[in-house]
Amino acid sequence: MRKVAIVAAGMTRFGELWQTSLRDLFREAAGEALRNAGVERLDSIYVGNMSAGQFVGQEHLGPLFADQLGLAGVAATRVESACASGGAALRTAFFEVASGASDLVLAAGVEKMNDGGDVTAVLATAADQENEAYHGITFPGLYAMIARAHMHACGTTEKDLAAVSVKNHRHGALNPKAQFRREVALEEVMSSSLVAEPLRLLHCSPVSDGAAAVLLCPLDQARKYTDRPVLIRGSGCATAPMALADRKDPSHLDAVQLAAERAYEMAGIGPEDIQLAEVHDCFSIAEICCIEALGLVERGLGGRAAGSGVTALGGRTPVNTSGGLKSKGHPVGATGIAQAIEVFEQLRGEAGKRQVQGARIGLAQNMGGSGASCVVHVFERV
Amino acid sequence: MPSPRYLREIPARYRLEASRCRSCGKVSYPARVLCPACRAQEAEPLLLSQRGKVVTSTVVHVAPDEFQMETPYAVALVETPEGARLMAQIVDCDPAQVGPGLEVGLEFRLVRKEGHGGILCYGHKGVPAR
Repeated sequence: MRKVAIVAAGMTRFGELWQTSLRDLFREAAGEALRNAGVERLDSIYVGNMSAGQFVGQEHLGPLFADQLGLAGVAATRVESACASGGAALRTAFFEVASGASDLVLAAGVEKMNDGGDVTAVLATAADQENEAYHGITFPGLYAMIARAHMHACGTTEKDLAAVSVKNHRHGALNPKAQFRREVALEEVMSSSLVAEPLRLLHCSPVSDGAAAVLLCPLDQARKYTDRPVLIRGSGCATAPMALADRKDPSHLDAVQLAAERAYEMAGIGPEDIQLAEVHDCFSIAEICCIEALGLVERGLGGRAAGSGVTALGGRTPVNTSGGLKSKGHPVGATGIAQAIEVFEQLRGEAGKRQVQGARIGLAQNMGGSGASCVVHVFERV
Repeated sequence: MPSPRYLREIPARYRLEASRCRSCGKVSYPARVLCPACRAQEAEPLLLSQRGKVVTSTVVHVAPDEFQMETPYAVALVETPEGARLMAQIVDCDPAQVGPGLEVGLEFRLVRKEGHGGILCYGHKGVPAR
């Protein structure tokens, strides 16, 4: 396999973007990535998207988006793995370049969630429809069950959950692209309205519109497009049983651990080498479970990481310097690419007030459903 | 939900029909042809007991449209004596009392109504043991 680099990125602001359509979101992010690399052609496009069919009634995104870029004719395919669709698109693009089949591939992600419709019901399609959603369980509800199991097994507290939101809002306040550019106080999180006990409104990522795109090429061609390429050093993907009922321990995310092990193995490194991580905090408990499964903290100690500062900017391993899904926003299909962009900018030293000084190796972890699918990438400054 | 799907799901929903793998003994609910643990394809049918214990739970306050009239309601993962786990609402009690270890009976109840004048969807709900 060839070594593959990211050479350019583009991203819309995340938020309730009433004036911007699905196709406009894509064109804005993808167009910016192409401009930044100075290219006017592509070999192919992969678009991560969870549910444009249900959110805005539009499927068949590949040709629609290629045409919107003025590149009708190019190979273009939509990739779906629920909230991990962006990560899955990046992985697909990575292997297409690594294989030698293509030299210039765009990996994008997009979601338009604010055009009406029952968002709670659409998101619940990423759970097991027959055995979970049928009974009225929601997505926050599934993560609430994971939270209660974690609290029961590891002694994690509601204050630990709230500390994750406080930290990520503090980071997101520094991110010009974030949906919520403001800090929240611990008391504000802990007294926000209940969504699914023990999860409250400020434990949950918002409903967002947005798009993100990165451009991939072989590392040995990267200097044509940028003087600061970022190497994709490892890529791992894994699944776990879809239904929470079919997992041995509902408080542990097996797919995240497996995907991480595979990405670490390809990269030839371990979790101790990770200097910053973008982690899938769709709910506060998810960040806690994910940093454990990624090996960034010991099993059972994830709850204390945010409050103690270990995962904050300036801490040992900063997690979600972008603000995470919680503060930056979570247009589901775009999230995996946006995570990669935060790591890309950090490793290039372009993260402004969020900069982790001297960062050389970073990780992005993107998961689907209640953790039934997961994609992990390891990036390195070269 | 399309009506053919509702018809297909009746054995699991109405009768709690599960399967036990003849090779490794793993119990699957709903019944599966292929064992998720050992991949054997010889399973025997098994009816789950109409009782179990809560593994983990939540109380839903923000619900999909179909369930909005019922909030707040408790939903739990319930493990039956056969070792099968299933998702079920826990009813006829204060949702605050639902937590790990709670013993519940599984009773046949109306779960939801499908759209305007649509199918009545039945299934099992947990009721705390008295």
